[in-house]
Amino acid sequence: MKDPRADRLLKAWETPKGWRYWSAVNNSEVGLWYTLTAFAFFLFGGVLALIMRVQLALPDNDWLTPDQYNQIFTMHGSVMMFLFAVPILEAISIMLLPEMLGARDLPFPRLSAYGYWCFLIGGVFVCGSLLFGVGPRGGWFMYPPMTTEYQDGIGPDIWLLGLSFIEIASIAAAVELIVGVLKCRPPGMRLNLIPLYAWYILVVAVMILFAFPPLIAGDLLMELERAMDWPFFDVERGGDPMLWQHLFWIFGHPEVYIVFLPSIALVAMMVPTFARTPMAGYGWIVLAAVGTGFLSFGLWVHHMFTTGLPGISIGIFSAASEAVAIPTGVQIFCFIATLLVGRVQRNVCLKFILAGLATFIIGGLTGVMVAIAPFDYQAHDTYFIVGHLHYVLIGGTIFPIVAGFYYYYPFVTGKQLSERLGNITFWLMLIGFNVAFFPMHIAGLMGMPRRVYTFPGGMGFEWPNLISSIGAFGLGAGFLVLLWDVFRPKGKQPLVPRNVWNAGTLEWSGEVPDQPWGIRSIPIINSRYPLWEQENLRADIDAGNFYLPDAEEGRRETLVTSAVDAELMQCLRVPGPSFLPFWAAVFTGGVFIFSTYHWWIPAGCCSALSFATIVTWLWTGTAEIPEKETKPVGLDQSLPLYVSGPAAVGWWAMFITMLGDMTAFISLVFGYFFYWTVHEDFLPEQWNGEPVVGAGTIWPLVSVGLAVVAWCAVVMARRLNRGNHSVGFYSSSLLAVAATVASGAALVWGPYSNGLDPTVHVYSSTTGVLVLWTVVHLALGATMLVYCIARRLFGKMDAMHDADIVNVTLGWHFLLLTVAITGSVLALFPWVA
Amino acid sequence: MNFVPSQSALDHAGVGAESIAGLFWVMLIGGCLIWLIVVGLAVYAIVVPGQHDQKRTRMLVIGGGAVFPTIVLTALLTYGLAMLPDLQRPAPEGSQVIEVAGVRWWWRIHYRMPDGNRVETANEIHLPVNEPVEFKLKSEDVIHAFWVPSLGGKVDMMPGRENRLKLHPTRVGVYRGVCAEYCGEAHTQMAFDVIVESREDYDEWLRQQASLAVAISDEAEAGRKIFAGSGCGACHSIRGTSADGVVGPDLTHFGSRRSIGASVLPNNADNLTRWIAETHRVKSGVEMPAFETLAEDELRALVRYLGELK
Repeated sequence: MKDPRADRLLKAWETPKGWRYWSAVNNSEVGLWYTLTAFAFFLFGGVLALIMRVQLALPDNDWLTPDQYNQIFTMHGSVMMFLFAVPILEAISIMLLPEMLGARDLPFPRLSAYGYWCFLIGGVFVCGSLLFGVGPRGGWFMYPPMTTEYQDGIGPDIWLLGLSFIEIASIAAAVELIVGVLKCRPPGMRLNLIPLYAWYILVVAVMILFAFPPLIAGDLLMELERAMDWPFFDVERGGDPMLWQHLFWIFGHPEVYIVFLPSIALVAMMVPTFARTPMAGYGWIVLAAVGTGFLSFGLWVHHMFTTGLPGISIGIFSAASEAVAIPTGVQIFCFIATLLVGRVQRNVCLKFILAGLATFIIGGLTGVMVAIAPFDYQAHDTYFIVGHLHYVLIGGTIFPIVAGFYYYYPFVTGKQLSERLGNITFWLMLIGFNVAFFPMHIAGLMGMPRRVYTFPGGMGFEWPNLISSIGAFGLGAGFLVLLWDVFRPKGKQPLVPRNVWNAGTLEWSGEVPDQPWGIRSIPIINSRYPLWEQENLRADIDAGNFYLPDAEEGRRETLVTSAVDAELMQCLRVPGPSFLPFWAAVFTGGVFIFSTYHWWIPAGCCSALSFATIVTWLWTGTAEIPEKETKPVGLDQSLPLYVSGPAAVGWWAMFITMLGDMTAFISLVFGYFFYWTVHEDFLPEQWNGEPVVGAGTIWPLVSVGLAVVAWCAVVMARRLNRGNHSVGFYSSSLLAVAATVASGAALVWGPYSNGLDPTVHVYSSTTGVLVLWTVVHLALGATMLVYCIARRLFGKMDAMHDADIVNVTLGWHFLLLTVAITGSVLALFPWVA
Repeated sequence: MNFVPSQSALDHAGVGAESIAGLFWVMLIGGCLIWLIVVGLAVYAIVVPGQHDQKRTRMLVIGGGAVFPTIVLTALLTYGLAMLPDLQRPAPEGSQVIEVAGVRWWWRIHYRMPDGNRVETANEIHLPVNEPVEFKLKSEDVIHAFWVPSLGGKVDMMPGRENRLKLHPTRVGVYRGVCAEYCGEAHTQMAFDVIVESREDYDEWLRQQASLAVAISDEAEAGRKIFAGSGCGACHSIRGTSADGVVGPDLTHFGSRRSIGASVLPNNADNLTRWIAETHRVKSGVEMPAFETLAEDELRALVRYLGELK
């Protein structure tokens, strides 16, 4: 018996065919591409590692030149961190999260697609540079002044621009995942019932939101120094390379947990399944994950113990670094407790989990060692650290992800990976890994520093290095077997039964093979393991007895619920397939890639095209006025199709994005105060005979005043729109635009009329960068207003449907804060200082 | 003498390295025990079938996850951080002060003399045994890190800053120091020799280093002319001669050093010939141009001259 509702639903969610397949935006397709691409970059990074191990197999080896080796280790670290570790978590989350939450898609499918294409283009660009011998060679940490004053060529620019591009895509994915977890849950799934994976991803996405912007701010400063000679890190002109180290590690340490927590999240999904019992200590795990997230922002200085910091800060950061072992311990013991309570089902997946645990604990224990500052004085920048970090990352990330591959492979393909090959893979990886990385601890203690392209013979480094090289190839062979198992044809293998592992979470409710609609109907959830604990759930889902079993208008729809209690709020229409995200990514990529080569005209063209594409995308795909106000969604319930303000996912996305944006801005302001705190001569009258000037006092304050006027006008415009005062709305908006332009002009005029030259001293360049940042944001603020005016003119926005102006107003609150901080710091702080 | 000296943090020959090695062994034993217990427990949970009591496992989470690490880490921090004051306390007034600047990719060294003079040398440091020595560490270009594993921990050399480090060697011998912070193309080949010797030997060495260049034999005179004529003096100083360049290492007593090129090759005539004629094949990236055009006999004379600068 065919259900016509199911046919309509299927048609709405159908994956495009032929070459149009690449216009897909649904989380299943984008998530799959994302995962495969990240895995491809992982293999590339792995090959680089093997090349290094060949070079280091024998002493005094000159198979590679130092310059080649330096490019390779730089790219190995950068690829593994930026093109594998972070993207793979976003990839897996894009693929799995909506399914776990019984949602049909993430709230912004086109944003996921855009993020994916940015990642692919940026990643290929960065990796490609290696093939032409012009790759970055500054290490993945890119310490200036080596990377600013002592490296010609475009290597550092490729790193800075190419990876910034990818970082922005990562932040976009983080916004998407936060809103996904908070707003796109099935009704009834209160925050204390969500799958642990969702908790972890929420924590990690928030961490990305606050950790990546400082790095982007740092990238901006370094690129300005490289391209325009603004001396942020040049000690000759008052700059300080330490600022980079702070910004980099404020990103870099949370990054470790950003990489590690999502893999633990996978473990937290698998352990209850294999123990056939709910996770012991759900609340403890959540608390520990949140705690780890918080603590991880207070540890960055332990990467800088040897920079000559005073003892007191070393002591504090030593203690803080140790503290993070406590929430980690809680999580590990929760897993063990769950295994103890349950009846464990053994398989290759569980072997990888156990191996991951055993390996990670070694990495954790050596981490406890190096967090004790005196020991770090010896271990820092040696192979001991190389050993330590690989135990953490391979044990804590790679092994759980491989386990996740085995676990979720049937979910994606309907087939299973082979236990037999899995066992071979397992032993190859486990033995290969330990043979490769354990001797590194010894080499490090014997005095072998990191990042050396060879080592002298006769000092005892030969054996540990040769053994490491042999082990590395064992590990590599393990991945080859896994690769074969993943891609070998499995035509004859029958499809697995539904919910092959007999798991309790919602992602396993789907049919085999999976239907593109994600879930047949969106159920009401009242337990943590609904497939175990809610009777008859799957049959009711299948029968379409729950919400949204139909697509009457042929549109893609999913539910939006409240953030804490998951009460029904809206039936959200999400956009379908489109090439716009692809083109937007191509043009945005063009801006970054052409800028690397200083080809300003093509870069300018690309930025115009990318702007046009993104506006078209927003214009046609967002805040669409529906043909009716509400629609029945099943179970005798009707929900609005259009909401604005805090009820809307767009509002949340704007709010979260602006938090990230403010974090980057605050990082720049941090730079200003860092220079002032650390350097007595930060506000010099003159430098090398040239006068050093700031922005002056009057004009920055005028700018703040005008921004206040603009902000008032924006708030008025929102009200007038809601009151349907058409003329009032237009005039208030136009006033806001005019005041915004004037505010930006005043902000530029201050330093310009003073004759500020940003290249003279770090004070002038810091002033310059704050002005630059703020003016660009004012321009964005004006553009958003013009967009709203146009929306109303063309009938895309009216009194009832005002999401555009509401979100723009929200953005403007942050913009006003930005202008106010910039203006007052520039105008008033020199007087205080 | 063996060219390859000790570079191991565990083969300690200094006060700092010794206390840190002690810390390491304690942590290693503790770490092994903890690993065995936790992994043993996990294996037990998987291998031994049957359900266990829920309440007891909750105790496990609280006890093993939170209480136990808190106690252990507090103890460890107390023990470990108690070392910091000693490690960070400057050497007492009157100790030898040595200034070391990291330069891509070698070490400029100044000994501060009691009379206020500074004696310059490069890539080789002599220390008196059983005496604390104070190092002042700077960089002339990028970030480097000064590390003699057998004697103590490392400290970064930051442009625009002066960092300090105390080393207190306790055993006579030759040790190797390296740059531990990646600093560019020839980072691998930026090392130095540390010779710890008796107070008498040390005094004798320092007196000799403070002196002007020694008189040379007639055979070496041709080499001196080539040195002058090839413009070597534009970058290198040989005190007591017209060579007064400050870009490269001071060569006044070059012949007395154990190695060349920042501890890249043992200092002997063959190696020095290679270094001068094919500098970049020995050490890629260095600023010094290779003097490929020198004739064989000219090279021989030049090498002889430099070798005599004891």
